[in-house]
Amino acid sequence: MKLLRMKPGHGEIVLAEGDVAVPEQERELIEAFRRELDQGMWAAVPTRAPGGRREAELVKSFAEVPRDAERVIFFPRAAGGAPPATR
Amino acid sequence: MGLALGTAAVVLVVLLWELARPTLKRGLAGGLELWAAHRRGSAPAGYDPGRERRAEQRARSLLRSCVTEHDWAMYRDLGFLRVWGGLGDSGRGADAAYAYLIYPHKPIVAYVPETGELLNEYCVAFPDHSKPYGSSRLPDSDDVLAKWMALTADERRLVGEANMHLPGRQVDPDRVRRDLVRLGRWERERDNVRAA
Repeated sequence: MKLLRMKPGHGEIVLAEGDVAVPEQERELIEAFRRELDQGMWAAVPTRAPGGRREAELVKSFAEVPRDAERVIFFPRAAGGAPPATR
Repeated sequence: MGLALGTAAVVLVVLLWELARPTLKRGLAGGLELWAAHRRGSAPAGYDPGRERRAEQRARSLLRSCVTEHDWAMYRDLGFLRVWGGLGDSGRGADAAYAYLIYPHKPIVAYVPETGELLNEYCVAFPDHSKPYGSSRLPDSDDVLAKWMALTADERRLVGEANMHLPGRQVDPDRVRRDLVRLGRWERERDNVRAA
């Protein structure tokens, strides 16, 4: 499993990578996961719905991440508002 | 008499020009330098267009890996993504009563697919306050992916976080209507290619 984070000026960076079946690696993944949530990030797991549809699932704890998920993507939480109009 | 006065005036003008020319040249050069310094100063600190391009390339790859081939092609060819609304009776899918258009760094636009009527704009941003390179703004395709993930995962929450406005507040309604026409044509052409 990979933990990725979107970053301005960079695109995504890999925060942590490991096998959830290996306790030590899972611990590292959990710590990295918590750090991002503590910083106010949202965490999403891209999924495949029945019929080939692609969706995402927002997760609030590592326990909610499906064990077979390949990656979790962290991104800044949504805030109302948008840049000035550029019509 | 007139001729003498005219000649004197011409000589006076030439003399004044010769005296003022060095000062004028220095003033012009200084003005150009100031203007150039102002232009340099207006760029964000540490701004590197190469880095921004590489960031966008990475963001595009990530987006591509998360959405369907159809949606990726839509974004690549048209510059926006359509997401079917999921809160209606018919659920998320081509039968949905409403849908959204996601543009990079612009509000999400809700519309009725059947009629093309524009419903609302949802102004939402994903500012990264750590500003790693002096900017809190995600690459375009990351912004689109963040909206897509938030919409498909928890539409109600994203809509709740956004500022809702009537159509036309930030996104030109004519542009959206043109984009809907482009989208319809694009999908027909893809269907035709597939059928052939």
